[in-house]
Amino acid sequence: MATQQTRLLGKLAVAPSVIVLFLWMIVPLALTIWFSLLRYNLLDPGNESFVWFLNYEYFLTDPAFFAALGNSLKLVFAVLAISIIGGTLLALLLDQAIVGRNIVRLMVIAPFFVMPTVSALVWKNMFMHPVSGLFAWLMKSVGLEPVDWFAQYPLTAVIIMVAWQWLPFATLILLTAIQSLDEEQKEAAEMDGTPPLSYFYYIVLPHLARPITVVILIETIFLLNVFAEIYVTGTGGPAGNLPYLVYFQGLLNFDVGGASAGGIVAVVLANIVAFFLIRMIGRNLEG
Amino acid sequence: MARAVSLRRRTIATAAAWLIGFLIFFPILWTIITSFKTELEAFSTPPKFLFFEWTTENYGIVQERSNYLRFVSNSLILSIGSTLVALLFAIPAAWAMAFAPGKRTKDLLMWMLSTKMMPPVGALIPVYLIFRDMGLLDSRGGLIAVLFLLNLPIIVWMLYTYFKEIPPEILEAARMDGASLWKELVYVLAPMAVPGIASTLLLNIILAWNEAFWTLNLTTSAAAPLTAFIASYSSPEGLFWAKLSAASTMAIAPILVLGWFAQKQLVRGLTFGAVK
Repeated sequence: MATQQTRLLGKLAVAPSVIVLFLWMIVPLALTIWFSLLRYNLLDPGNESFVWFLNYEYFLTDPAFFAALGNSLKLVFAVLAISIIGGTLLALLLDQAIVGRNIVRLMVIAPFFVMPTVSALVWKNMFMHPVSGLFAWLMKSVGLEPVDWFAQYPLTAVIIMVAWQWLPFATLILLTAIQSLDEEQKEAAEMDGTPPLSYFYYIVLPHLARPITVVILIETIFLLNVFAEIYVTGTGGPAGNLPYLVYFQGLLNFDVGGASAGGIVAVVLANIVAFFLIRMIGRNLEG
Repeated sequence: MARAVSLRRRTIATAAAWLIGFLIFFPILWTIITSFKTELEAFSTPPKFLFFEWTTENYGIVQERSNYLRFVSNSLILSIGSTLVALLFAIPAAWAMAFAPGKRTKDLLMWMLSTKMMPPVGALIPVYLIFRDMGLLDSRGGLIAVLFLLNLPIIVWMLYTYFKEIPPEILEAARMDGASLWKELVYVLAPMAVPGIASTLLLNIILAWNEAFWTLNLTTSAAAPLTAFIASYSSPEGLFWAKLSAASTMAIAPILVLGWFAQKQLVRGLTFGAVK
């Protein structure tokens, strides 16, 4: 259908976006790989030397790396579990005939729009403060000993904050999917007197399989990159994840080589996830 | 057709939904309430929920002490600026991909998406050093460039899914009637594309406004947006809860309103059209 002229024009129209994105992807990546093979410290400029894979050896055998990797994975899995299970239940609830559903939905989705630095400081100070926080007051009023969240359970504290932001996202996506379920099918199930559990298992869950996969993959990409919540609350020591460790090595310890090696490790990790996500969305594009 | 639902079930569901909705929203509500307290009352135990001396002094103090408006204007310039630049690049690209697709269009779209998967820490060190050497650290121009590149794939994707929904038959009809490419663009495509472009704009302003990896790492003060300004409250001003709350309320209020309008676009944009 397209003529020669439109085809050429089409290429010209796509080219600028492709070129800038290509540069954005390849230049930093190439430099990171290059730096990761150097002994390169910002405090000792002009003394860079090629050291092959020494940085990787240091980084991958550093106990801090395993701690950070562990924190990264715990954060991702915990928040995924909370947001998928909670999001499904909440979406099912919001799909009921509820008075004022639109207002409830607005309240539920709101945390997703709160900037990470605000959510970090509000949670840390006003809720999790060991003396004057709301949680401390609640626990004291039922006769329990208040918890010093960031001293005793720093990673749990970060997980709570991050989950608060991503549960709404999962709920919104899954609710959108449930609402696209055939109304007549719902009605038929109801007329037949289907028990709620079978209704969920045989009708809702198969319909949700794909949106749940999409939520898992997208959240994983974002959750692997959580940074602000850890940076702002100052929990980088005990609860730092991989991005925080790279930031710490590079911009606080000035060890460009080591940080770059860490960056490459993070890239490899993300690519494993991305591989599945891209295939998933690609299949979707066919349909 | 509405389903008949028993009154009891409806009451229980409504009560449960409102309770959970309220709990999820509560941290935001609490921040807003605290912003109207004096510092003493913000800190008091037991906490005061509604019955206290309401005051707006915190808002004045936040502006006075830290030149709050500068951070707001930086946030506005960065988010709107980067989105507009991205639209400039993305509209022609998405248009071409939707209406004159080649053999490799699908691969190209997939590849664009894959750039989004690249974790920012993989690029942090070189970008930081390049910015340092070019004097771009803490400059609005540099940050607009980064935010533009960060969101370009999402913008192309969103526009592509919107443009795809415009029936090509209409274009064909226009062509048959002898409309030139230019006329086809201006009179046929543009009016139908405006809603899609508007919602793309909205979603990306939200994403850029809340972006908190690059804005924290590449700015210090002159180009710092609200994300960085709030981060500066981590210590020691974090102890001033009423002021922290006032600053936070002002930082999230505009985007909360935009976000509520953009719910549907959010689903579509962030799932790359996989869920509509």
